[in-house]
Parts: sequence; structure tokens; C-alpha cells
Amino acid sequence: MDGLYIGLVLVPTLIGVLAAVSCALLGNFLVLRKQSLMGDAVSHVVLPGIVVAFIFTGSMSVGPMLLGAAAAALLSALLIELVRNLGKVEPGAAMGVVFTALFALGVVLLEQSDTRDVHFDVEHALYGNLESLVWLAGMDASSMFEPEALADLPPQLGRLALALVAVIAFLVFFWRQLVVSTFDPVFAHAAGVPVRFVGAALISLVAVVAVTAFEAVGAIITIAMLICPAAAARLMTNRLLPQILWSVFFALVSAVVGFWAAGSGMELIGSGFSVSAAGMIAAVSGAILGLCAVAAPQRKGALGH
Amino acid sequence: MIDATAFVNALTFNAGYNTAIVAIGAVLLGWAGGTVGTFLLLRQRSLVSDALSHATLPGVGIAFLVMAWFGGSGRFLPGLLIGAAISAMLGLASVEWLTRRTRLQSDAAIGAVLSSFFGLGVVLLTVIQSLGIGRQAGIGSFLLGSTSGMLRNEAITLAVLALGVAFLVFVLRRQLTLVCFDETFARTSGIDIRRTDLLLMLLVMAVTVTGLRVVGLILVVALLIIPPVAARFWTDKTNTMVVVSGFVGAVSGFIGTALSASVPNFPAGPVIVLVAACLFVFSLLFAPARGVFYGLYRSRAFSRKVHRRQGLLAILRGEAIYDRDTIKVLKGEGYINADATPTKTGLDAAENAAREEALWTIYLRDNPDAAYRAARMRLDPIAERLTTGEIAELEKQFSGPAAALPVQ
Repeated sequence: MDGLYIGLVLVPTLIGVLAAVSCALLGNFLVLRKQSLMGDAVSHVVLPGIVVAFIFTGSMSVGPMLLGAAAAALLSALLIELVRNLGKVEPGAAMGVVFTALFALGVVLLEQSDTRDVHFDVEHALYGNLESLVWLAGMDASSMFEPEALADLPPQLGRLALALVAVIAFLVFFWRQLVVSTFDPVFAHAAGVPVRFVGAALISLVAVVAVTAFEAVGAIITIAMLICPAAAARLMTNRLLPQILWSVFFALVSAVVGFWAAGSGMELIGSGFSVSAAGMIAAVSGAILGLCAVAAPQRKGALGH
Repeated sequence: MIDATAFVNALTFNAGYNTAIVAIGAVLLGWAGGTVGTFLLLRQRSLVSDALSHATLPGVGIAFLVMAWFGGSGRFLPGLLIGAAISAMLGLASVEWLTRRTRLQSDAAIGAVLSSFFGLGVVLLTVIQSLGIGRQAGIGSFLLGSTSGMLRNEAITLAVLALGVAFLVFVLRRQLTLVCFDETFARTSGIDIRRTDLLLMLLVMAVTVTGLRVVGLILVVALLIIPPVAARFWTDKTNTMVVVSGFVGAVSGFIGTALSASVPNFPAGPVIVLVAACLFVFSLLFAPARGVFYGLYRSRAFSRKVHRRQGLLAILRGEAIYDRDTIKVLKGEGYINADATPTKTGLDAAENAAREEALWTIYLRDNPDAAYRAARMRLDPIAERLTTGEIAELEKQFSGPAAALPVQ
């Protein structure tokens, strides 16, 4: 195996896959609970969180950034509930008010603060820079076993792997509670399942994954992967476990095909440049959903209208 | 920091021709957005506009490439806006199609269309960047909007578009109100609901496309969502809400552009949205109809009335009062002394309270259908709530048959 291939293609692809799969796993429950747009809202408010963290610490180090983003995500979830209850407006509108206001605040703070010497702007926040997460020390296959070379791996890889493990652990340990409170919250409540707690835990985990993925691959992939693969999988089957497996498969395909199409695929059609991998991955996941909406076996649901 | 003179100049349209045109455009746009947004909120479709606005990006990119292909300047604003409108329509059609033809709910359809169209748009933006076609700077400003580098004819185009949208909203407002307020009645009066909904979405698209260059595609939905939600706190009537919401939008556009013109590094789009958000928070806290503080004040005033009435009745019955809040209210109004013995005014008020209770009881016996309203009314002095004639009638019955008062 060519070393350059590992470092420049495999590692960023793997990062994309990890982000995509973590998001898709949680996305299944968001779609079933009609909360898909929470992922959208959370991804938007990550920006003000990061900017505020930067203003307080003056550096772009990862710890404060993740902390600020997670705090902003939780704050936005609280604010949405507050606006919903006080204003008695539909959840969609409450969400729209909160995330646009916070995002606007983030942009203004960013423009006002002196971030010129650090590389950060709104575009970066939106579509990240997956292509730059390369592993230059991985010059040949043997470096996969060399500690010094491994230490040079992009740190995002480890963080996203950790996030994926957390997601899987959550699904395994809370499976029964999650499933029953998703499909029949009233019964779940009567049966003593802490429905509100499970819901809050799900949203918190979405925030954690969105923040981790956001830092590596930008907001678009996060939103697309939280919704598209799970929505497409929903059209494939009526059963939950197969749906989750389908969503993981679709996420995997989107990440791999998207990354390939953005780079090598472009060279293949004779163009001398590459395009945004994040954008391409999102577009591919949308195309998969489009295909499923036309041809998937369960696209009309049990009613079959 | 904010430059006061520059701010006043901008507010009075004296900060240059371009700024004035942009400000007028933003006011019209804010008004149109607030008005259209009210109908969108009442139809519970606010976030469809989010999918719509994100779906404009591929259209902008393709329009740029096509215009550059034919040797023109890719920055030609009307061309870009037509591209944006076409792809927004495609995005809207996709959302409709996914929700109608598949089992997916609208939230999943909106999110999927939003992210995949936006992803495609980003791909096209990077294509434009890599092609190295010069002067593509105009494209980036569609993400977050910008007014600083705007050309004069761009500003005029936007102001004219905003005027057109505002005019359309004005013409269609009755039909839209009817459909939102009472769908059945609208249908029986011969209004085609589906066509009206389509018209509404076209107006949403028009607001979105016009707002793209000023506010940017990520935040333009705020113009459609925040003003109506703010207006919701001021009224329960659709007609009033439409007016208040349009006003909130227009004020946001006006103050936002003025602030942006007078403070360095204050991008117009986000600032307009933040002004709207401030108006929203103000409404949430202070609006008289459903605001938080007014609600608190009302519930406190009500509980004070209950304590007063129950305390006075207890005085009359010669019972000891233990409730601290009741004691506080009675003391504060001079009905009892420090040692909890009733004062002269207290005894008089107690007599009066008992009399009013009795009159209300008779009133309710005769008007059982008024029970719901009376639950609150009966705590106020009876003379404020009933006419002298009604009270005289009650008094007559009260002193009439010797039937004992139905004391509660």
C-alpha cells in the first residue's frame, strides 16, 4: 500500500466515516422522534460557543473550544424549551428564533473580536477542512506500528473514535429505554422509564457528537449525516435494528464516495482541481435519500398509500 | 465603538446615497418578511423557509458559472437571484414531494433538503474558486450577506424587489389571513386553499431571495421567524399580529442597517437579526398580552385579591388568621393592627366583603352561565363589575325573603 495514499486519503476518509457513522446512529432516533431539526439547531449554535470560548481564553486550543460549543448547545436546547413554553409557539418556530439569534450573535462577536491572526472564519465553521486532516508521518504501511508516527495522526481521529464509542455505548446500555420512549412515550412513562431524562441524554449526546464532528469536518456534514442516512434507512425497512444498520451503511457510503468524488473523482473526469469534500459528502447523502425516496421498498410506510 | 453622529446620519438617511437605498430596502424587506412570516407561523411551516433559503446556494453557483461561461460577469445580481429562485423552488418541491410521497415527516424532509442542497452549493462554490474566475467575491457574501461592498445598481435592484414583495403582501393579505384564521370558512367563501398556500410559499421565496444579498442565506429565515414570534406576545388577533410583526421587521431592518453603517465591523445581516432578537426578548418579557412580567403581575394581583377577601371574611367570622401572606396583605391595607385585631376600617371592609359575597352568590344562582367569568370578577368591588340596576335588583332579593345568606 502506498504510504502517501494512507496519509492523504485513508486517514481523512476514516475521519469522515467516523463522523458520519456517529451522527447517523443518533440520527435514527431524531428522525423517529420528529426532532431532526435539533441537529440543525445545535450545529448552528456551536459557532457562538466557539467564539465566546476564544474571546475568554484568547487561543484556539481544543479544550475550551469544545467546552464552549457544548455549553452553547445545551443553552440553546434550554432556550428553545423556554421560548416554546413562554410563547406557546410551535417547536419549529421556537427553534428558528433561538438558533438564528445565537448564530447572528456568533458572527457579530467573530467580526468584532480580533481573530485575524488565528485561522478561523464562518466558512471554516460551515464546511470544515476535511482534506487538510492528513497524516504526513504515515509514509508507508509500517508506520502504522511506529509510536512516533502514530503520535502525528490528526487528533480529530482519536476524538471522533471516542465519540463513536460513546454513541455505541449509549445505544447499547439505554437501548430498551430509548426504544420504548421513542415509540410510545406514554407507555414508557407509565412503565417507569425516565422519558424526559432519556430525551435529554439523547440531545446532549447529539450536541457532543455535533461539536466533535464540527471541529473536524464542519457543520454541513454534521447536519446532513444526522438526517439523510437515517431518513433514507427509514424508507428501506419497518424494523428498527435493520434501519440502524442501513443508516450506518448509507453514512459509510456517503463518506467514502463523497470524499473520493471530491478529490480523485474530479481528476478522473479530467478536472485539475478538487472540490469541498464536506459539501460532496452531504450532496451524496442527499442523492442516496433521493434514490430511496423513489425506489426503496418501504418508502410509503405501512399504510402503502 | 459606536459613532453617534454616524448613527444619527444613518437613521436620517444622510449617510450617503447607497446606505439610504439599502436602508429603505431593508425596511421594506423587514416589513414584508414580518408579514409573510406571520402567515407562515400560523400555518405552522416556519422552518420550511430554512430549507428554502439553504436551497438557494446551488442556484447561485450555477447561475454564476453559466454567466461566466457566456463571457459575462458572474456577479450580475439579477442573474444570480434568478438562479437562487429556481433552485429554491426545486428545494421546496423536494420538501413537498418527500412529505407527500414518502413516509418521512416534514422535519426530516426539511433537514435533508437543507443539508444536501447546501452541500451541493458548497461544492459549486469551491469549483468557482478553483476555476480562478476573478471577482468571485460577490458569491461569498450570499452566505452571510453584506452591504458594505454593494454597488449602486445592486442596492437599487434590491430596494425595487423589496418594494414589489411588500406590495404583493399588501394585496394578498386578506386572502392569507382568512386561510390562516379559518380554513373552513375560507374554503366556503371560494378561496382555493392549496393555491393560497402555494402563493404564500412564493412570497416566502421572494423574501428569501431578496434578503440573500443583504442578510445572507443562513440568517434570512430570521426575518420570517423572529418578528411573528415576537408579535405573538402582543396580541391574540391575527390582524393585529400581522401589523405588529411587520412593524418589528421594519424596525429591525431600519436600526440594523443604521448600526451597521455607523459601527466598523458590524455586518448588516447579523446585526438586523440581533436587533430583531432584542425586540423579541423585550416582547417576551414586557408585552402586555402574554409577556412574562405582565403575567407575573396579574397572577400576583389576583392572589392578593384572594388573600384580602378571605382575610376579611375570616375577620367577620371572628376566626384567627394564620396565613402569613394574608396577614401581610391585611396589615398593608390597614385592616388589622400589629396585634392582629381588626381596625375600624377592617371591620367595615369585612362587612362589605360579606355583603358582596352574598350578592355574588345570588347573582350566580340567577346567571349560572356567568360562572366562569365570575370566578375572577367576584373578587373586585361589585360596583365595578355590575350596573347599579343589577346591584339594586340583587339587593332587593338579598333583603327580601328572610332566607339566610348562603354563607360559604
